[in-house]
Amino acid sequence: MAMSIRNSASRRAMNQISNDFIGLRSMSSWWKSVEPAAKDPILGVTEAFLADHSPDKVNVGVGAYRDDNGKPVVLECVREAERRIAGNAFMEYLPMGGSVKMVEETLKLAYGDDSEFIKDKRVAAVQALSGTGACRLFADFQKRFCPGSQIYIPVPTWSNHHNIWRDAQVPQKTYHYYHPETKGLDFSALMDDVKNAPEGSFFLLHACAHNPTGVDPTEEQWREISQLFKKKRHFAFFDMAYQGFASGDPARDAKSIRIFLEDGHHIGISQSYAKNMGLYGQRVGCLSVLCDNEKQAVAVKSQLQQLGRPMYSNPPLHGAQIVSTILGDQELKSLWLKEVKIMADRIISMRTTLRESLENLGSPLSWEHVTKQIGMFCYSGLTPEQVDRLTREYHIYMTRNGRISMAGVTTGNVGYLANAIHEVTKSA
Amino acid sequence: MASSMLSLGSTALLPREINKDKLKLGNSGSNPFLKAKSIGRVTMTVSVKPSRFEGITMAPPDPILGVSEAFKADTDDMKLNLGVGAYRTEELQPYVLNVVKKAENLMLERGDNKEYLPIEGLAAFNKATAELLFGAGHPVIKEQKVATIQGLSGTGSLRLAAALIERYFPGAKVVISSPTWGNHKNIFNDAKVPWSEYRYYDPKTIGLDFEGMIADIKEAPEGSFILLHGCAHNPTGIDPTPEQWVKIADVIQEKNHIPFFDVAYQGFASGSLDEDAASVRLFAERGMEFFVAQSYSKNLGLYAERIGAINVVCSSADAATRVKSQLKRIARPMYSNPPVHGARIVANVVGDATMFSEWKAEMEMMAGRIKTVRQKLYDSLVSKDKSGKDWSFILKQIGMFSFTGLNKAQSDNMTNKWHVYMTKDGRISLAGLSLAKCEYLADAIIDSYHNALLYWETPIEL
Repeated sequence: MAMSIRNSASRRAMNQISNDFIGLRSMSSWWKSVEPAAKDPILGVTEAFLADHSPDKVNVGVGAYRDDNGKPVVLECVREAERRIAGNAFMEYLPMGGSVKMVEETLKLAYGDDSEFIKDKRVAAVQALSGTGACRLFADFQKRFCPGSQIYIPVPTWSNHHNIWRDAQVPQKTYHYYHPETKGLDFSALMDDVKNAPEGSFFLLHACAHNPTGVDPTEEQWREISQLFKKKRHFAFFDMAYQGFASGDPARDAKSIRIFLEDGHHIGISQSYAKNMGLYGQRVGCLSVLCDNEKQAVAVKSQLQQLGRPMYSNPPLHGAQIVSTILGDQELKSLWLKEVKIMADRIISMRTTLRESLENLGSPLSWEHVTKQIGMFCYSGLTPEQVDRLTREYHIYMTRNGRISMAGVTTGNVGYLANAIHEVTKSA
Repeated sequence: MASSMLSLGSTALLPREINKDKLKLGNSGSNPFLKAKSIGRVTMTVSVKPSRFEGITMAPPDPILGVSEAFKADTDDMKLNLGVGAYRTEELQPYVLNVVKKAENLMLERGDNKEYLPIEGLAAFNKATAELLFGAGHPVIKEQKVATIQGLSGTGSLRLAAALIERYFPGAKVVISSPTWGNHKNIFNDAKVPWSEYRYYDPKTIGLDFEGMIADIKEAPEGSFILLHGCAHNPTGIDPTPEQWVKIADVIQEKNHIPFFDVAYQGFASGSLDEDAASVRLFAERGMEFFVAQSYSKNLGLYAERIGAINVVCSSADAATRVKSQLKRIARPMYSNPPVHGARIVANVVGDATMFSEWKAEMEMMAGRIKTVRQKLYDSLVSKDKSGKDWSFILKQIGMFSFTGLNKAQSDNMTNKWHVYMTKDGRISLAGLSLAKCEYLADAIIDSYHNALLYWETPIEL
């Protein structure tokens, strides 16, 4: 894989490359064998959008929240927190495990304010570089301490999940999740896959607001999944990137996790503040692993730190300080909860409007899924070809899997969007 | 490797070592969590099964970051933290540069948003950092031959490069100085890049073993990566002279090695950004392809914000474009995109003429304080030590650190008897030393050097 040879492995090509490597011609580049990497499917969309000069262009690609004017939002609670911490005298390295205060507050969000697991210090937790960093740390941890294991990943999932476990060298398997016919959950196939997986397998679950589909199990379904996991002694790793953002209520969005905890599972959780606190670029998150007891939690935490040290030594401070300032202050925390609900509500209302607009246009298709799905994304059911048409003809940007970031939909563009979707699907 | 024993203490356990150990995990073939083992303890009523992480042992404390933690726990009045290399004022307080406070306030006033940076980081930062390193208008920049991406300080930037090496130069070795910063080995280990060492520190002279260094670089297999400290070598504080740098460049070119610079102290060593970049610029003049990892932790005091960059100088713009795209591919599954705050601070400071001058002045001040402290320490040692030992190496060394020449037993004495916290390889951070404490430190060093064996009955390591 590493040395990709353009021609088939002919002797001449091999000699050429090995000559370069040995460097008989001193000025030849070391990098001849480096191919240009494919563009990231998600982040590449924004790049293309930025390069487009059409006044009508719409970006429903990357999942970053926009207000109804299509502008990025910095939450009021965040601004206030920043004002409080600006120019503070502390810029020294955080401990390897990150900001203790931030981690404490973050665990309460996931496990519950009065969680016995937190009280009993059974949660090994470290600050991580947003959700990506938390997942990567866990994948590396899984590789190091359960080297024979694989990870079961839902189909579809956030594309970077595949990159993460691949670079951590943990083999991947998939489980059924999205049901294209209903544009909902393929629950029975999911349960079959869970049942058929070898005992003690590792599963990646989206705690709420599944990315990219927006399709979540119901509470009842989560309970069934949990029971089956118990029978099969599987390990549940939750990626929770949208707590508060899905329903507007953080406690409600953590329901799946709470069910698993009640049922006695020892889980792992990746949490991110990118969306729900709008701290995208700050890279703030947390990885936690529930252990048997305090002693084990201490050991596990030390090993997580050990994995972080050769990647970045210790995590960045600024975002963590914003989080702990907000969550540690009653008023700011209330303000945050209000602002999260506003964001979630706007998205929900855009879902309703988009669906109604399509129905009013007389679309032959069902758009029920637009309002049934939850969170930032809508899995529209559009084909790659239809997506390409939307981009070419209407300057609408989304990922080719038909995922629409509802956060990019506004009262200003929803009509245009509905019309365009209608145009490319009406003869479908 | 005997030489690695002298250098920093335990590094991260290699996965193989962990498997061999008492962990009941990862036996090939079977899933250990399925074994019905008799654990001989009460299963908690709420737990489904014993944790699959049951056998995980406690990781050893990090030899550098662990020192600060031990220092914090010490209650003695006289305690002195000369462990981690973070700059302190004369009052031994952390120092946030004025220019950084200014930049932050500016950013706050402007109300910058918090959107994701691109994977390669903030463009303004990447431009600024390459220009700081090579000089604005340098041919490699003008001709777009440098692939620069923002990284998570020095560590993160080194790790990106290490991953690139692993992917595109399978089997190639990195040769690192003996000793070197402890985390270098962790980084290459975790990136699965094999490494070996070149002689560097000469305990007899407490200086550079130049002959040994050249010989070992010569002996490395052609096309090896040679890890070099751009300035202010960590942990020794011993830098090659300009003439020696020329010879190093010669032998590297001769053997077609790839230089790999770690520049964590630009501006902090001599006080001058340009002077401290001289070694890197020498190599750029030669038209060589090489890596440079940068960090703004020390020179802008941005430790906690994790801001740095990896630069790959290529022989063509096309190669640089391709290399940059592959670096991005490595970064995406690590953290997606880098943190914005530190990058903005650097870009603001460097991008504004006034702030840039102010920064240079503050850097001179910091470097100046360290030079002053070195002098005072030397003077104290010379006046207190009657043995005639030559302490001039303290003055010859440069940067934040000084290699005292104390061995592990002697370093232990420093801590256990004198409550002076340092790393076990004999490295002290002068940034954590005040003029007021120089005499105390001199006493501790003299005592440890001469008497440690008597106290602790440990054989001398040469």
